[in-house]
Amino acid sequence: MVNVTASENHIEVRELRLSYGVKEVIHGISFDIRRNEILGVIGPAQSGKTSLLRCLNRTIDFTPDTHVSGTITVDGEDVRRVRNVYALRRKIGMVAPLPVGLPLSIYDNVAFAPRSAGLNRKGELDLMVEQCLRQAALWDEVKDRLDSLGTKLSGGQQQRLTIARALSHQPEILCLDEFSIAIDPVTTMRIEDVLKELRRHMTIILVTNLTQQARRLADRTMFLWKGEIVELDTTNVIFSDKPRDSRTRDYVEGIFG
Amino acid sequence: MNSAAGHVLFVETPAVRRKLRQEALAKWVFCAMAAAMVVPLLLIVGYLVVRAAPSLNLEFLLEVPKRGMTEGGIWPALIGTIYLVFISLAVSAPIGILAAIYLNEYARDNWFNRVINLAVINLAGVPSIVHALFGLGAFVYAAKFGYSIISASLTLAIMTLPVIIASTREALASVPQSFREACWNVGATRWQTIKSVVLPNSISGILTGVILQVSRAAGETAPVMFTGVVFFKSIERGDLFPYYLNEQCMALSMHLYTISTQVPGVKESIPYATAVVLLALVVMVNAAAISLRVYLRSRQKW
Amino acid sequence: MQCGPPNAPCGRWGGEKILEALVYLCGFSAIIFVLGIFVFVFKEALPVLTNENFSLSQFLFSSDWYPTSESNKRYGVFAMIAGTVSVTGLAMVIAVPFGLGAAIYLSEFCGQKTRETLKIVIEFLAAVPSVVWGFIGLTVMSKLIVQYTGAPVGVNVLNGGIILALMSVPIIVSISEDALKAVPDSYREAAIALGVTRWQLVWRVLLPAAKQGLLAAVLLGVGRGVGETMAVLMATGHAVHIPHSVLDSVRTLTANIAAELGEAPAGSDHYRVLFLTGVLLFTITFGVNLIADTIVRGIRRK
Repeated sequence: MVNVTASENHIEVRELRLSYGVKEVIHGISFDIRRNEILGVIGPAQSGKTSLLRCLNRTIDFTPDTHVSGTITVDGEDVRRVRNVYALRRKIGMVAPLPVGLPLSIYDNVAFAPRSAGLNRKGELDLMVEQCLRQAALWDEVKDRLDSLGTKLSGGQQQRLTIARALSHQPEILCLDEFSIAIDPVTTMRIEDVLKELRRHMTIILVTNLTQQARRLADRTMFLWKGEIVELDTTNVIFSDKPRDSRTRDYVEGIFG
Repeated sequence: MNSAAGHVLFVETPAVRRKLRQEALAKWVFCAMAAAMVVPLLLIVGYLVVRAAPSLNLEFLLEVPKRGMTEGGIWPALIGTIYLVFISLAVSAPIGILAAIYLNEYARDNWFNRVINLAVINLAGVPSIVHALFGLGAFVYAAKFGYSIISASLTLAIMTLPVIIASTREALASVPQSFREACWNVGATRWQTIKSVVLPNSISGILTGVILQVSRAAGETAPVMFTGVVFFKSIERGDLFPYYLNEQCMALSMHLYTISTQVPGVKESIPYATAVVLLALVVMVNAAAISLRVYLRSRQKW
Repeated sequence: MQCGPPNAPCGRWGGEKILEALVYLCGFSAIIFVLGIFVFVFKEALPVLTNENFSLSQFLFSSDWYPTSESNKRYGVFAMIAGTVSVTGLAMVIAVPFGLGAAIYLSEFCGQKTRETLKIVIEFLAAVPSVVWGFIGLTVMSKLIVQYTGAPVGVNVLNGGIILALMSVPIIVSISEDALKAVPDSYREAAIALGVTRWQLVWRVLLPAAKQGLLAAVLLGVGRGVGETMAVLMATGHAVHIPHSVLDSVRTLTANIAAELGEAPAGSDHYRVLFLTGVLLFTITFGVNLIADTIVRGIRRK
């Protein structure tokens, strides 16, 4: 199923430009993401972090009046030329900033993606739902009430439900977009533990507004500012005393941004 | 007022009293204006019911008109109205709902879709008599359906269409965008998203909008009077299937017009009773729509 | 790209494509219908425009309406235009203040419960079929008018105006209420903090701020009034002449079509002139609704 290319890069982005109408928000950025690493993406609001993720799984297509140029390849394939865009999106799990429990039962929330993909056998679905909820550290809390509505869960539970849903289509890449802004620190730490577990078999892109979160989790960290990459290096370097760009140090130390 | 010096600031002065009086006056004036629309309506409805009382019974509903429509009941008109309403909504509801899905879920903001929006708004504003002219020209003559239930129902369908589109769009738009994005993110197609998340959560609003059109279609006269509704048609008492679709039929609204303006010597209470039946129909339909809305809102899932 | 999980269909489900095609088709239908209405109504009217006995200026500016005369047929609808203008104008004079007052009461003064109740009543007011309004005009209102004004006949401009006012109040109320709601609460708070009474608040702050929306409400009311058929047909009498007082009977453009279309032989000049009247109505309401919608849209965007 995975056509492993010679390169160990899982995702390659080359000269990516994105504009909404006449306003360009990403100005030709290039970088690689290695297989099974956690890439932290930090940067202030409006720096193009979310837009970048939306280009990756092509949900940018749903926003009218956008123009994308450059290439993004996943496993050596250009995502903008992909014909089965639904399969592409299933390959990439996406967790949005605000938890979104769909107005379906907890079970149906997790089973939604496999069902959309045509998996309908009850036994397999049951197994899949349990596995995903366990991976998202939610199973013990909800196993007795899988029929109740996903929207009635607490914020932190809904966010883990969202993660379970993102895992349900067995993605190879997991993107988390500021997943912790709506949940408390304790739950955040639980989810961070989950992520450490998951990195063994998937590539994770962690967009975060908490620089310390990137420091705790990421192997490499990218500082994105106003649609340009200020610096991309191992997390140790970025958070050290001597990053190459002084803006990086200022940002991670909270001096600006 | 023998309070401490600190309270002197808040003691009523003549100016303050005047302001308070003004305040109260404002409230009563506007209340009276609202009441000026509501009270006459209730009085009029009460008057109609009182005048209609001698004829208001089950027999009146089931009986056919007799003696040149001066006596008897309204059965052929009642059943004709039911035919027209159901056929017209069976046509306009699916088209309207799908059109609203297009406009709300698929359409991008470009000039073409702006033209469509404009067309919907314009369609909603077309006078009913112009719909009648269109029905006559298009369905009766051009499509050769003749004066028939089909022509009349199609005319009504086009008339109700824009309102169904508008109410369905409103219902669809009330489903949060984040639900759609969540579905797209896991690789669901647009249609899968609509089918499993958008429609189930907007169906109450959609249904309410369609139900409200029942009363509108039942009450319209002008669009059907030149396309397929006649003054009088002889059918059996209580017959449930008296009409073929390529025939003309009677309708309540037209019947009320006929017996109150065209037929001399009608028994006094009959037109009143016909009007009351029409009103009762409208009240029932609206009540049904409102209770459906309240019930489904109580079960809202987010 | 290879397919994702096992068992995933590579392409999309075939039925889905058909459904989406249907959604697109229905989405475009509104344009088709609007064009259809214009084309069919205009097509029926067209031959008379090229007829040498007919002149457009006579049609618009002469009040001689003798469509069935043997020797000297004349088709001037000016009297009907005057009828429409007078009835609609009077209706607006009554409906605008009351509708506005009611909207102000609803949005600024009354409690939650009263508001819900009033809204249901107003919704009901909007749902009463026009033929029932016509019947009310013909029976209840005309008696009252004869009794209190001493007019020889009760069906006249005043009657039609009152009925039409009651019919257009709901739309004026609902759009005005939207407009008032769109005024930011910060304006209200700022004004109240300055110690003004609510009367002053309404007069000095809300009305100026909601000006555009109120204009749109009035325009939509006008659109409704111009297009209304059955109620004015039954409540305004049938005299084709320019009214000199509110107690004169008149005939409106819509009522003229409704009253004569049944008797005009298909294809005759008379028939085509009635269609031409339809084109005129279509154009007027199109313009009015378009302007009103542009305004409403502007407010929503804010």
